[in-house]
Amino acid sequence: MASAVELDNIVPQIRRDIVRMVHAVNSGHPGGSLGCVEYLVALYFKVMKHNPEHFSMDGIGEDLFFLSNGHVSPVFYSVLARSGYFPVKELSTFRKLNTRLQGHPTTHDHLPGVRMASGSLGQGLSVGVGAALAKKLNNDDRIVYTLHGDGELQEGQIWEAAMYAAAKKVDNIIAAVDMNGQQIDGSTDEVLPMGSLKAKFEAFGWDVIEVTKGNDTTTIVDALALAKQHTGKGKPVMLLLKTEMGNGVDFMMHSHKWHGVAPNDTQLAQALNQNAETLGDY
Amino acid sequence: MMKKYSFTEKKDTRSGFGAGLSELGKTNANVVALCADLTGSLKMDAFAKEHPERFFQTGIAEANMIGMAAGMTIGGKIPFTGTFANFSTGRVYDQIRQSVAYSGKNVKICASHAGLTLGEDGATHQILEDIGLMKMLPGMVVINPCDYNQTKAATIAIANYNGPVYLRFGRPAVPNFTPGDQKFEIGKAVLLNEGTDVTIFATGHLVWKAIEAGERLAAEGISAEIINIHTIKPLDNSAVIASAKKTRCVVTAEEHQMNGGLGDSVAQLLSRELPTPLEMVAVNDSFGESGTPDELMTKYGLDAVNIVEAVKRVLKRKV
Repeated sequence: MASAVELDNIVPQIRRDIVRMVHAVNSGHPGGSLGCVEYLVALYFKVMKHNPEHFSMDGIGEDLFFLSNGHVSPVFYSVLARSGYFPVKELSTFRKLNTRLQGHPTTHDHLPGVRMASGSLGQGLSVGVGAALAKKLNNDDRIVYTLHGDGELQEGQIWEAAMYAAAKKVDNIIAAVDMNGQQIDGSTDEVLPMGSLKAKFEAFGWDVIEVTKGNDTTTIVDALALAKQHTGKGKPVMLLLKTEMGNGVDFMMHSHKWHGVAPNDTQLAQALNQNAETLGDY
Repeated sequence: MMKKYSFTEKKDTRSGFGAGLSELGKTNANVVALCADLTGSLKMDAFAKEHPERFFQTGIAEANMIGMAAGMTIGGKIPFTGTFANFSTGRVYDQIRQSVAYSGKNVKICASHAGLTLGEDGATHQILEDIGLMKMLPGMVVINPCDYNQTKAATIAIANYNGPVYLRFGRPAVPNFTPGDQKFEIGKAVLLNEGTDVTIFATGHLVWKAIEAGERLAAEGISAEIINIHTIKPLDNSAVIASAKKTRCVVTAEEHQMNGGLGDSVAQLLSRELPTPLEMVAVNDSFGESGTPDELMTKYGLDAVNIVEAVKRVLKRKV
């Protein structure tokens, strides 16, 4: 089990991977990826029980994670590789022809660690609920985790799944929303204000935990420990993570501009300067 | 001489699905069923009653049902989803495309009330595009059995196949004439009558009508080979080519749009491998409407008489 210091040591390397991957192919989504580095690092290096060396699709006896907002694939791939699912050097194939690291994650090319394709938004909560139900049928007491973008909550299917999970007491799932407040066309408040997500999910019957420091690993680890205590009590659990898009690269923060734009050579150098090579670049 | 087919009763194909699912419930502990508020219409009540812990009522939320089914495969479950064909395909196409087909998940999408024979509810519910939508998805198996017994056998068979399947069936009671003990082989055409002058490839409810047409043609001295294509994808290419080679003209018959249906698949294959005169009995770029199933099949040209006419047209084109 990694300590908070060790987790904080991993974070800058993940950020380096993200900006280098996106820069290399001049495409991809760095902003959202950077915003949820700490959450994924906490899950994969501290919280989840999982088996990176022997990936199995069924994941019996393991905690499962589903990325619903698949466009943040760079952070997902980096965390998977750094936790041992596949060689770190494979990150250099991101978005290139014949790669297993497709623009959006897929099972199609059998990349270890990925259990469901995502990219078309709004589908991952249903998938997570289904996987959680399968765990219950299998008497498997591990937890299913999902991650969603806040803009993604504009998709209706999310609310179908939210209604189902609460009504049918699917209490072995911890969903999280990456509330960076940004989407492609601007801030979520400009595009389609969603009001209080806490009130909405509570009205749907979820147990909601707000995490105001969603880019702080210690806070996240504590919040996940609390969330786990809330599982098994008849309600699905929702973590609302207040995050900063582009976190850790100063010029990518406080803007939606870096949703789907790659840094140029100068910008890459700047970003790398701000994040130490702690584990060795791929 | 036309081989004689008879039936003792008419039964709906959806009840064949219900019976097959109920049997699977007893024989395969991994089979789970999901339904979007149409349990009675899909005849899933028996499974729901016998295996409440493996039955998931999702409410009127088909997108979530498909996503949940995809998720349940992770952990080894074999989910069967049930709703009307319209809500099983067009309404949830992107969910099926990404979470089931592209993700290669072992989900069985079971769809009732396909086509015009849904009847009085009208065109909003009478999907005639579902075969086309589903067969375009890479890796998706598309099955449209012809009667109760065959639907039951198909339901049981697809549980033993690992991969996404679309199983299409219907609402009305139709002649139940195939053997109760048949072995259903995915992708294997069923030769119903050997003939020499023309081949009729039919699927679903049109198979019995093809048999009726064959009897009328035989009375006029025309020998029709009749083949039941219960699996539209993967198409039984060798059976189609072998029969077309023998009769040198073909008619396809289905309760679906011409675009995207069985006729389209047969035409593609024969154009590539063995160009053969072909006529299609199908709905020609039109929506349906309210009416009784029989009235609608007549109005939209899906009766035995339409197959007979198509045979006569294609015989004139035969070289």
